[in-house]
Amino acid sequence: MPYKLVCGLEIHAEVKTNSKMFCSCKNDPFGAEKPNIYTCPVCLGMPGGLPVANRKAIELTIKLGLALNCQINLFSKFDRKNYFYPDLAKGYQISQFDIPFCHDGYIDTSEGRVGIHRIHLEEDTAKLSHQEIDLDGDGELEKVTLVDFNRSSVPLIEIVTEPDIKSATQAKEYGQKLRQIMRYLDIADCDMEKGGMRLEANISLRKESRTELPDYKVECKNINSFKFLEAAIKFEIDRQTEILQNGSTPIQETRGYNPSTGKTFSQRSKEDAADYRYFPDPDLPPIEFTQAEIDTIKNKIGELPDAKSVRFTKEYNLNEKSAKDLTINRTESVFFEEVLSLAKNESLECQKVINSLLNKKIEFSFEEKAADVLARFKTATTSDTVDTKELQITIDKVLSANQDAVDKYKAGKTAVAGFLIGQVMKELGKKVDIAIVREQLVASLS
Amino acid sequence: MKLNELTLKESIDALDKKEVKIEEIYEDLDQVYQAKNKDLNIYLSVNKEALNEAKKASQKPLRGLPIAVKDNFCTIGLPTTASSNVLDGFMPAYESTVTKKLKENGGVIFGKTNMDAWAHGSSTETSDFGRTLNPRNIEHLPGGSSGGSAAAIAADMSIAAIGSETAGSIRQPAAWCGTVGFKPSYGRVSRFGVVSMASSTDSPGPLTKTVEDACLLLNAFAGPDERDATCNVEKSPDFTSFIGQSIKGMKIGVVYQDVKEIGETNQKLLQELNILKELGAEVEIVKAMDPHHAIGVYTVVQRAEVSSNLARYDGIRYGKDRSFFGEEGKKRIMLGTYTLTKGHADQYYNLAQKVRTLYLENYKELFKKYDILVSPTSPSYAKKIGASLDAAMFGELEDMLLEPSSITGLPGINVPFYRDETSNLYLGASFVAPMWKEESIIKVADAFEKNTKWNSWRNK
Repeated sequence: MPYKLVCGLEIHAEVKTNSKMFCSCKNDPFGAEKPNIYTCPVCLGMPGGLPVANRKAIELTIKLGLALNCQINLFSKFDRKNYFYPDLAKGYQISQFDIPFCHDGYIDTSEGRVGIHRIHLEEDTAKLSHQEIDLDGDGELEKVTLVDFNRSSVPLIEIVTEPDIKSATQAKEYGQKLRQIMRYLDIADCDMEKGGMRLEANISLRKESRTELPDYKVECKNINSFKFLEAAIKFEIDRQTEILQNGSTPIQETRGYNPSTGKTFSQRSKEDAADYRYFPDPDLPPIEFTQAEIDTIKNKIGELPDAKSVRFTKEYNLNEKSAKDLTINRTESVFFEEVLSLAKNESLECQKVINSLLNKKIEFSFEEKAADVLARFKTATTSDTVDTKELQITIDKVLSANQDAVDKYKAGKTAVAGFLIGQVMKELGKKVDIAIVREQLVASLS
Repeated sequence: MKLNELTLKESIDALDKKEVKIEEIYEDLDQVYQAKNKDLNIYLSVNKEALNEAKKASQKPLRGLPIAVKDNFCTIGLPTTASSNVLDGFMPAYESTVTKKLKENGGVIFGKTNMDAWAHGSSTETSDFGRTLNPRNIEHLPGGSSGGSAAAIAADMSIAAIGSETAGSIRQPAAWCGTVGFKPSYGRVSRFGVVSMASSTDSPGPLTKTVEDACLLLNAFAGPDERDATCNVEKSPDFTSFIGQSIKGMKIGVVYQDVKEIGETNQKLLQELNILKELGAEVEIVKAMDPHHAIGVYTVVQRAEVSSNLARYDGIRYGKDRSFFGEEGKKRIMLGTYTLTKGHADQYYNLAQKVRTLYLENYKELFKKYDILVSPTSPSYAKKIGASLDAAMFGELEDMLLEPSSITGLPGINVPFYRDETSNLYLGASFVAPMWKEESIIKVADAFEKNTKWNSWRNK
């Protein structure tokens, strides 16, 4: 490919707080039984309603920033982003313009480091739903747009990367890591199907030899899964390559992604970008933190998945893959570590214990006691001894009784070995190490 | 004497001594309301339950006494329009913090008063529901934007009143109507439930017959409010405790702005300030920063905030769409939108903020030397009706002497200091103190008021 990808992501996530960003209404837009039940004069934008910032949401934003190696602005503020839309009660969104809470961090992926440009906090808008309803009871359906303000002013965190992403797979990995960290820190649930986490990709291409940013960018919006993110970027690479190869420049625009066609489509041209007339929100005093307060937040972060997985490989002598699998989710990783630490104390081989759990050879649930699970592992894997002679006699017996299977094996269907091993075990009537049985059986077959 | 002519303090005392009954006060008030409201156009709506509410509040600090409230305070059960057709018929389902506290302390809303639409103006002539006339002389304007509340006091159509000030909107109508108008420090009183004009300077406050009355009202509604992030978190003092204090040794700076239009007023004020010298204060003339720059700062910042604050009235959530905005509102929205536009913000909004800082620094210097600054409130007497109609910057010029203190959030008060025999119109003195130092204002203003002959209630 003569062109390489230049891509940055903007990811929004709804923050997990009890109350909304600027009022005391309940923050639970997905759990609400009915539309417009979590509302007040403030989040409805009524005359005289005033915002009061949610301290907890600010602390969670800073916590995320620290976890993503960001610099923290000790002095910050909220600004008004002015624009009109039916889902925007006040005619402006309270956001952050030039002094976000966090800036200049990074997430490391297997394809290299992705810089975090900034993390800021804002309020979500209300939710529009376009429906057809018989409003006047004449039997005819009218097209209407309904507004649900349960979501209005829910705290929304926005994480903007540098244009460091070099491939669709890296974009996906970055997104997954970010989601994992937010869940680890209990900052956001990141339920993408419901809109609790929203992905936007800025995608453009440049010639292999160039280093400066391209003079255009295509913004892909409304992507609600990492799979679609990957697909949308791949589609855009092909689409933009073709345009560039024809000697043109792709139009600067916003595009949507259609999962059923796997294609992106033009939504609106961004050539005359909107002017949001940002200015500091006079209803909200600036927010100041001391370094000591930031340090307190930092101390609450705890071990993050990458660090934990590295520690697991060292401390419990696990392979990298297993260590990663065990640390995907914080509560599960705590459970696994309990099992591992018991296993280590009993001088069991941790990798073996974990294999049997991950392969579901040992059934377990996260609600169980670690000791019970380990006990089950021990029972299941304690093997009786068997001497080579006795084993060979049994193998021969099984092989002659199952000539069909032997023929299949010899014809290349090696999977039947499993069936034969089972027969040998049954015949033996003992719990012996399967590996020994397999080895001797395979030798007999060849 | 009619009972509606009593001050708030006199009413409380008379009720406590059982010299009068609350019903009698309401009766006299109703009479003057019936006789004059139609012509003066002070109240846009009245509270039909006022007397019933009053009877239940007899044990509370304000004894159920009637208070006029500017129509930009959200009140449950009473329409709240901010004198704009856009909000015509709007019945809030929530109460502003000020009126909530007022009620808790036994104040009763007598009615909602006329104002410049959205508080955009200094004449009460831009109301979508017709202008209010100055009760002192009906050929003249009451000032504004809290003109209805000031006129309610001047006409004895309420015992006390509440207004709000962004830049002069309490003090200037008070000056023009010959009443007291007290703008506390920005943040001293909650803005929750007050239809926002310029959020960074909006300050609710009392319009009353005396300084002491203003303190009684402030005691009722000043103080912290968790629903307003810009509200001071510290408890307010008992404002009445500063009444009747000595001002001996206090240093008073007379801000003498050498502007032609103020010439006569300056001279009259200087003469009247001898009262303070006689009471032992040190009075001297000081030079302060040219107030003209404050007009620029205020105009830019206020328009910017207005353009954003009024964006919610887009016709989606409220019945009436943007075409219902009056000329003044439209003008301000467009100007504000322009000053915030990319490429212009540095030239206007950001520059205005820098000049605002210069005023803050100027005050800081002045207050190193003086406890309090005094100047005329308004350049001259109340203007004639119609005066604001073709004057684009009418309010800004009339409020020129108040804007420096408004854009810096300082507390200030108007106290009448002269009455013209022929026109029956008043001139007012403006006392300004450092942030949170309402105490100094009250001491000086109270002493001054008690020793002038120009308070139409005290000297009855």
